[in-house]
Order: sequence, then structure tokens, then C-alpha cells
Amino acid sequence: MNDATGSVNAGIPLSAEEMSKIAPGLAHDIKIKSSDVEVHYGDKQALFDVNLDIPANQVIALIGPSGCGKSTYMRCLNRMNDTIDIARVTGTIEIDGVDIYQKKIDVVELRARVGMVFQKPNPFPKSIFENVAYGPKIHGLAASKSDMEEIVVESLTKAGLFDEVKDRLEAPGTGLSGGQQQRLCIARAIATKPEVILMDEPCSALDPIATAKIEELIDELKQNYTIVIVTHSMQQAARVSQMTAFFHLGYLVEVGETDQIFTNPQDKRTQDYITGRFG
Amino acid sequence: MFGYVLITLIALSLAGFVLGRQRALAAVSGTAANLHSLPNYHGYFIAAWVGVPALVLVLVWLLFQGSVIDVLLMRSLPADKIAGLSQSELALLISEVKSVAGGAIFGTPAAHVVEAAERYNAWQSIARWAMAAAAIALALVAMLIARARIAKDFRARQGVEHVMDGLMIFCSAIAILTTLGIVTSLAIEAYRFFQLVSPLQFFFGLNWEPQIAIRADQVTAGGAFGAIPVYVGTLLIAFIAMAVATPIGLLSAIYLTEYASPKVRAVVKPLLEILAGIPTVVYGFFAVLVVAPAMRNFGQAIGFDIAPNSALAAGGVMGIMLIPFISSLSDDAIAAVPQSLRDGSYGLGATKSETIISVLLPAALPGIMGGILLAVSRAIGETMIVVMAAGIIASLTLNPFEPVTTVTVQIVTLLIGDTEFDNPKTLAAFALGLVLFLVTLCLNVIALRIVQKYREQYD
Amino acid sequence: MTDVTTSAAVSARHDWASNAAKRRVKSRYAKDRRLQMYGIAAIGFAMILLGILITSLFYAGYVAFSTTKVELGVYLDSKQIDPKTPEKANYRKIVRNAFLGYFPNVKGRKEQRNLLKIISSGAPFILRDYVVDNPDQIGKLVKVQVPVSDPFDQLYKGVIPRQIDALSFDRIDTFEGLRQQGVLSAPDGRTVVKMTVFLDPERVSAGQFSAIANEAFKAFFPQARNTAFVEILGGDAAKRLQAFVEANPDMVGKTAEVSLPISTNYDNLFRTGEAKVRNPRFASDNVFVWFDALVTQDLVSTPFTWELFFNADSRFPELAGLAGAISGSALALLVCFLISFPVGIAGAIYLEEFAPKNRYTDIIEVNINNLAAVPSVVFGLLGLAVFLNVFGLPRSAPIVGGMVLSLMTLPTIIVATRAALKAVPPSIREAALGVGASKHQMVLHHVLPLALPGILTGTIIGLAQALGETAPLLLIGMNAFIPSVENIGIMQPATALPTQIFAWADSPERGFVSRTSAAILVLLGFLAIMNAIAIFLRQRFERKW
Repeated sequence: MNDATGSVNAGIPLSAEEMSKIAPGLAHDIKIKSSDVEVHYGDKQALFDVNLDIPANQVIALIGPSGCGKSTYMRCLNRMNDTIDIARVTGTIEIDGVDIYQKKIDVVELRARVGMVFQKPNPFPKSIFENVAYGPKIHGLAASKSDMEEIVVESLTKAGLFDEVKDRLEAPGTGLSGGQQQRLCIARAIATKPEVILMDEPCSALDPIATAKIEELIDELKQNYTIVIVTHSMQQAARVSQMTAFFHLGYLVEVGETDQIFTNPQDKRTQDYITGRFG
Repeated sequence: MFGYVLITLIALSLAGFVLGRQRALAAVSGTAANLHSLPNYHGYFIAAWVGVPALVLVLVWLLFQGSVIDVLLMRSLPADKIAGLSQSELALLISEVKSVAGGAIFGTPAAHVVEAAERYNAWQSIARWAMAAAAIALALVAMLIARARIAKDFRARQGVEHVMDGLMIFCSAIAILTTLGIVTSLAIEAYRFFQLVSPLQFFFGLNWEPQIAIRADQVTAGGAFGAIPVYVGTLLIAFIAMAVATPIGLLSAIYLTEYASPKVRAVVKPLLEILAGIPTVVYGFFAVLVVAPAMRNFGQAIGFDIAPNSALAAGGVMGIMLIPFISSLSDDAIAAVPQSLRDGSYGLGATKSETIISVLLPAALPGIMGGILLAVSRAIGETMIVVMAAGIIASLTLNPFEPVTTVTVQIVTLLIGDTEFDNPKTLAAFALGLVLFLVTLCLNVIALRIVQKYREQYD
Repeated sequence: MTDVTTSAAVSARHDWASNAAKRRVKSRYAKDRRLQMYGIAAIGFAMILLGILITSLFYAGYVAFSTTKVELGVYLDSKQIDPKTPEKANYRKIVRNAFLGYFPNVKGRKEQRNLLKIISSGAPFILRDYVVDNPDQIGKLVKVQVPVSDPFDQLYKGVIPRQIDALSFDRIDTFEGLRQQGVLSAPDGRTVVKMTVFLDPERVSAGQFSAIANEAFKAFFPQARNTAFVEILGGDAAKRLQAFVEANPDMVGKTAEVSLPISTNYDNLFRTGEAKVRNPRFASDNVFVWFDALVTQDLVSTPFTWELFFNADSRFPELAGLAGAISGSALALLVCFLISFPVGIAGAIYLEEFAPKNRYTDIIEVNINNLAAVPSVVFGLLGLAVFLNVFGLPRSAPIVGGMVLSLMTLPTIIVATRAALKAVPPSIREAALGVGASKHQMVLHHVLPLALPGILTGTIIGLAQALGETAPLLLIGMNAFIPSVENIGIMQPATALPTQIFAWADSPERGFVSRTSAAILVLLGFLAIMNAIAIFLRQRFERKW
């Protein structure tokens, strides 16, 4: 509640009753509200009737077996599905109360405000500096060269990478180690000053030490950003998230506080998944 | 005769097959299971031994028979009749002898020609019979040797497979033989050319008038073989072609990979491929029939003189030919950029054009550059369009509205019609060919290496 | 990472609602649309060019698919044609008399010669072939369709006009400059130019009146770079000037104002606004009258040009056909196929399945890739230097053409074969090896049959490329003039479709423009069929594993 962004664009106020229904015990604003979201890839339906509210300044983990629709759902939140010709999204997704699928919404602005970090680190084949500066440059966020430098340094610092690369900002980003590359991608996402950061299995290609660093980073970032993370690893979900949503076969099965989901799941499928019966 | 020999050899091979089978079966008194290899393999083994060496002998014989008889014929001509004849006159005499020998008699040929013709015919028939005899003898000897090896434990399958290996290695080596053939033949003729004309003049001279040099007293007439204008013309036309093809090809590749819907792609790509499949002689005719007159009329309308065989017309049409080439190579290069980079850029809120210009093109640049280099190599080596649409006179100019000539045009005009190999005019074509081959080879090697490196990067 | 820096960053969040930000986003989208438009424009440009290319070929070529023929009624007099040796008769005379018989009023050698120019010079041979094929017709009156000569063929199809502009653009421009000076008039049906001349006594006495007139005429064109404009003055201008001097002898040595006539074409241009002359392809105006008479008597028809496919080459476009070129191309492709198909497959199998990864195979691979990019004209040089000079194979023969083409096709076939072999999954190989097949047996019995559709597709595409190759065939002389299809063989001089196109494109007769276009359409037709077969094979037999 003490977050500045919460008041920039006041969303539809939720009643306390509603709030407690979604996330009992959590007193956060709702940042993202999805209603009846369905996704079709061509003739194939990938997501069925998802209703999910995501609170601000928290980490929500989306878990579920492969092909369950968790990534598909996440890619709806910054309309990355638009880049796939055959994808069709129905239902509404509101961020701060504004439907992001309305016609007048501009994906360019949306994606600047909803940053994304991908499964495999994907730095551009450019220098570290240019990688981070790319977003601010295209969006015109820096008025001058020194502004840009400031943004880059700040983003790299926030991503916990600055100390490691400060002497070689002009070196190619592809020359970093896997964990560093992923933090570079996080810095790149932060640089556009987003409000929400989507992370699509950000640690699946990394070793345990690099993973630990990223998880630490996520924990710090949640002070300023709403974070949605898709993960395969139950332990990771338990470690980094405050809320967890379980997807199965395109349906949102269960959502709740992470502790509750892991200790006392309501749905049998969730239970089976968490205890390792399938997945 | 060749046909009969071939049929005989095939028949002998078949006989060898039957013989091998029978002998193998006889060796185990009819129980095929006791043989190491299947009876058929014994048959194949003998058939291969019978057929392959004899066939090779026949082919080599045929390849060299003509030249050998020519040399013999030349030597047998009475010395007083060939004294003082130049090489080309001698060649003329030889072809006269051959046409007389073939029964085509115009007027009354000289006595020594008739004599030579009779000798020629006699040698021809001797050579044919000798070839047949040698081939059949070789086949029979091979059959005996191979037959002797057939036994119960003989590894006939391995034997056959060895023969197959040998044949396959030979076939794969033909690529090398071709390259060697190109290099040696071009180098030898170019060497002969450089004995007549100094390389200095050829590479740095500014005056190219090879037609004048036909006259004997002007064989190395000053400045006649300075190829600089030819090189400049080639580069000018190639430059114009690339100036047309590169932007259009690249932009269409960008549109097709990043903007176009699958439906549009499915229609446009095959259409572009049609453009690539049209033979260059058709483009040449198109240049002459449509493009050059259109340019000339346009020039006239704005009061400007454009030559009918201007570099612009030839280069422009060549550019059209290269559009699909550049487009498809750039298409491959852009499509090879991993999706994750696109996602990364779109995820930051970049528009398509920003993603293309600042992420995809830089990432695909090596691949695109390789494609462009290959296209340049094609433009330099392209022949029919320029033969039909560009000029023949070598003028040293960079004006695209003037006619210029190219290396390939010169090669074709110098060699079309009668060719005599003692004439610098003819040999000059090979020197130009050598330059052309080396330049395009360098471009190709560099381009292929760049493209390969690029592919490895994202594989 | 302190709270101070983070809160600073948060407060610096971009204001997306500001006008500046909105403008910026707008201009970014505009840029995006611009790039898209450039792409569409580039593709549109390429498509339009393709369209122009195809339509211009059809436009120029479709007329060649019909031939203008005139019906010739001939009495096959057995006195003139000996039934035993019908081929020996003087058919030129027979045709001549038969055709002149249509126009009994045309007398005089010159007139008759112009009249006979209406029918093709090949007409006697057509009649001869007809009689040789139908000897029972001797002694009867027969009707034979013979082609008209090229100019009349083109005239009847509307390709060339009867009259053409007599004056070029720049001539008209020059004349326009004169007209604007207001010195032209046509008082009595003939245009005259009013000009001031100086009657130089010396020139007058030497009778150089045209020099005087030209000298004075020059004054109208102070900026002219050449003296082409003097043709505007009529040929009788000097005579008119002379008459003027004779009428006014006192003017000699003075300047005088005279009106001199201008030449016919300019006269017409001034009075009627256009200057036309008879198309120089036609000998006289009478030929139009005669030809029109043939048309009105329904003797002229335009049947389909079977000759295009069944005639060999000819110097007369109305008789020229592609039979020689098609058979030459077919033979060369046959040789090419017989060499490159087995060699290419064997080489590819070795490289893909057996070759160890070493220096030698690396060199071969680099070689194959490079050969695919060597300019085709270099292969021609190779053929000339090695096949013709060293091996002494006959010049212009399809066997040499086929050999050269096979060297060019080889890389295509090898690459296609390797791709097809690679596409056969390892499971099949393992299955074969698992039942104890040798590696050779595995390849021959299992992998090769499965790869064959892909190999055939690649081969057909390679052969289609070879069919369109021109330059190497030119260098080995496979552009021979083949006027008859009787003597076709792989060792005989021959021509090929693309070289025939090249030869026809170089021919000056107007009719060869349409013949060339038609030949190109035939060539493109063959290419389309071959590619269609390749596509069919690919879709029908190629399976995805």
C-alpha cells in the first residue's frame, strides 16, 4: 500500500470481501485482474476460462506440468501472443483497471510497463551497455547521454550485475556466463522502468549458484515490481513466491498463498502434482 | 562400333555373372548356405571384373583416339605440302582431309588430300578394330582371373563392395577433376597468351581492341590487349545490378520473414522463385525487347541520350535476375536468427521495425553479407544478359548511359565462331576466363565461409 | 542496493500519458509502417517486373503461334512433274505461275517480282513435300496452303503498319522551331519558306543555287549542332531560286526575299499535321492492293503454327521452327542425365554414408560447393579446351554439350542426394544393420530407395537448370544452323533451345522477334513442366519422418 505506483493509476477498487476471497490474509492492491481468459492456437485451445487476480508488489509463481498453459497465460499479460500469427486471446485482462486487450492499448507501451525475462538468456549480439540501453533508447526514456548512462548503471546495479561488468561495458553481452546473461536480461527489462516483470522459467538454463543469485534478486525486486514467475521447480516456487497458481491442461486449478498451496492444497490435482504423482 | 563393343561387353558381363553363380554353386555342390557370400555376389564379382576395366579402356581409348590419329595424320602429310602453313591453315587442311574421308567432296581435292583421307579412313578402322579386340581381350582375361578366385570361402560380397567403393570414390572425385580441369586448361592457355602478350599490358593496359590483332603483323600491336576497360565495364554493370537487387531483395526478405502473413508468403515466395528459374537468355531478350527501348524512349522524352546497349539496361535487368537470389539468402539469414532474440526485443516493447533494424539485421548481417558476395560473384560471371544487352566495344567509362563491355561478353565474342588456338585473340579469352574464375572463386570461398560460420553460430 | 536508489528509480518512471510520449509512440509506429511499405513496394516492384516480363513475352510471342497462309490453287501438270521423280520438278516455276495466275493483270518483271514477294520463299518446298507425300494428286488441281512472307505475315497480324512516321522526334522538333518563326505558309497547296538570300554573283555565275539557299536557310537555326536541317528545304528549292534569278537578273549581288518550297515530308507535316511514308519493308504501294485482294477473296487464313514445333531452323522467320533445337536439347539433356545421375548419386552416397571425415573429403566438399557457384561460361571454356581440343570430340555435338552440362548439374544432384539421404532416419539404418546387412546392403536396399523421390526431385531441378543454360553451349558451338532434322545424333552438329533463342534474337527480320518470344514461351513451358513434375514428386512421395 505504501507503493507509489499503486496510486498512479487507480484500478477498480476491490472490496475487502473480494480481496479476502482471492488472497486471504493479503492486504495488497490488485495489480492484474484476468477474467475468463481463453487462448486458441489455430484450432487448438490452450487456455480455458482463467480468472486470476495478481496483487501488486508480490511474487506470484505459476506452476504446473509442461503444456499446462502457464507460459501461455503469462504471455497474455504483455500480449506476447500477438507475435504468433495463429494465436487468439479472448476474455479481459486488466492492469491497474485498464483492459490491455482494448484496441486503443498500445503494445509498445504495454510491454515497456510489463517487462519480460525469458527461459533462455537471450542477450542481443551487442555490447552489455547497448543491451541495457536498448529499451530506454527505443522508448526515448533518456534525454541525454549521461541520463542513459545513469539508467544503465542503475539497472545493472539493481540486477546485481554492475560490479561484475563495470570494467567491460563495451564487451559483447553474449560473452558473459549463463547466469550473468540472465541477470543482464533482467537489467535490460528493468531499464524500461516496468511495473510488472514476467519471468518465464528464468533459471531453467542455469546452474544452482547462478539460480540462487537470481532468486535473491527476485526477492529484492519485489519491493518495486509486481513479479510473475513461471517455474518448473516446486522448491523455487516455495522459495521466492508469496502466491502460487497451479495450472493443469489449460485450466487454472487452484490459486492461493504459497504456504497454503504447498501445505494444504484444496484440489486433488494440485496435491498430486505437489507430491509428485504426475508432472 | 562403339555400340557393338558396348553390347559385347554387357553380354560378357552377363555371361560372367552366370558363370560366377554356377561356379560358386558348383564349389559347394549346390548348397548355397555353405558359401561365404550369396551365389549372386560371386556372379556380380565376375561381372564387375569383366565389365569395368574393359569399359574404362574403351572410354579412355575413345577420348584419345581422335587426337592420336590427328597427330599421325599431320605427320604423314607430305612435308612439301605443309611447309610454311600456319597452324590454322594446317587445321583447315586436316578438316578438309576429314570431310573428304567422310565422303563430303566439294570440287576436286588435291591428290595428297585424297591420299591422306584414305589413310585416315584406314587408321580409323584399324583403331576401331584394335579397340574392340583390346577391350574384349581384357574382358576375357579378367573373367579368367576372377573365375579362378571363386571358391567356397571366397568373400565375394566384400570383393563386390570394394569395387563399388572404388567407383563411388571415383565419382566423388569428379568434382575435384573438374576443378583441376578448369584450372589447368585455363592456366595453360593463359600461359600461352602471356607468351604473346605481356601480363603487364593485359592487367594494366587501357586499350582493348582484340579484333584488330587478327592481322599477322599486329599480333601484339601496342595496347590492343589492355583489359582495364573490360574490368571496369564488368564492375560497373555488376555495381548497377547490385544497386537494383540488394535493396529490393533485402526489403522483400524483411517483409516476407517479419511482416507477411503465411498466406502472402505462400504466394509471393514461389513467384520470386519463378523469377530465379527463368533462364538468363530470356532476361537478355527481355532487356533487348523491353527494357533498353523503354529506357531509350524515356531518355528521349527528357532530352537525354541513352545508348540502346547502355550499362544501365544490362545492369538493371541483371539486377532483376539477382533479386530472388538475394531475397532467399537474406530470408534464410533473417529466419536463422533465434526466436529468443525477437522475443527479447518485443518483450521490451520494441516495434517490428525497431526489432528488425536494431536486432535482427545486425544479428543476420554476416549471413546477408555472404549472400551479397555470392550475388556479386554471380553478377560478375553472368553471361547471356550482357552478351545480348551490353556492348562489345571496350570503352573506359563509368557513365551508366554509355555502352560498356564485360569479361564474359569478351570471352563469348572472342570464342564464338571459328576458334584457332595459335591466335592471341582466342587465347585472350582464356586469360580473361582465368581472371574471372579466380575472382569468382575468391568471392565464393569467402562468402561460403562467412555463411557457414554464421550458420554455426546459431545452430 | 539501498532504498534511496530504488525509490529514486521508481519516482522516475516514465509518464506514458504525456503528450510527448504519445507523439513519440506515434512516430515509432509510423516508422514501422514505413518499413512495411518499403517491403511491400520492393515485392510489388519485383512482381510487376515479373508481370511485365511474362506479358511482354506473351504479347510479342503469341502472334508466332499462328501463321498467315494463302491458299494456292495449283494444277499439278504431269508434264511438269514426272510421277517417277516428283522431287525433281521445278516447283519454283510452278508456284510462281500459280500465284501470278491470281493476278493476270500484273505485267512487267518488276511488278511481278514485287507480287511474288507476298508469298514465302519456302512455298516451292512446301509444294514439293506435298507432292512427294501425295503422288496420286499429280495431274489434278490441288489447293495448298503456303505461308506468306514475313512482312505480310506481320502486316496481317497487325504487328507492323503499312505506313510509318517519316520523321523522327528531333526532326519534328527542329521543324517546329522553324514553324514558330512564322516564315512558313502554304499559299497554293505547297508549303514554302520565306527567306532572305544574298545572291552572291560568284555563286550565281557558277550555278550554285542550292548552296545559296542552304547558306541563307542556316540563319533560321543559329543553335543547330549539325546541318541535318537542310533536308527541310525541298529538292526543287534551288531550281525555284534559279528561276527567280533568271526572272530578276538585276537582283544579283543584292539580298532578295524569296519563298522556296520545302520537301515533301515536311510539307505534309505542315499542312496535315503528320508525315507518313510507306513502311520500307514493302516494295510498293501496289502490294497492299494485291494483298487486300487476296484477303477479300478469302484466300488468306491464319492456322496454328505447327511448323514452330515440326520445322527446323530457317533463315525465313515464317518457316523457322524449333524441331532441331528441341531434339538437340533433348539429346544433350539425355547425355547429361546419363552421366550426372549415376555419378552424382554414387558420389553423394560415398560422401554421405562411407567417406571418413578427413582432408580428402573436406576438399571434395569445398570443391562441390564452389563448382555450384563457378560462372557457367567457365564450364564452356573447360569444354572447349578439354573435350574439343584434348579429346578431339566433334564441335557442336550434343555429346559435348551434355558432358559440359553434366559437370554443371553434378553439384546440384550431389547436394540434393545428400539431403535426401540425410533425411532417412537412423532407425531404418539400425534396423537394416541389426539383421546383419552389410553397410553397402543397408544403403542399397533400404536407404537409397527411401531417398529416391528426393533424389529425383533434385535431378529434375538440376536438369531444368541445364536446359536453360546458354553460355557454355555457345562456346562449344552448339548454336549450329540446323535447317533439317534428318541428320540428328549425339555426334552430329546440333543446336539447343536456349542457343536457338539467342540466334533468333540476333536476327534482323521482324518476324524473328515473335519467333524468339514464342521459342522462349516453349522453353519456359518445358521448364514449367519439369518443375511441376519435381513438385509433384516432392509432395507425393517425400515423407516427413
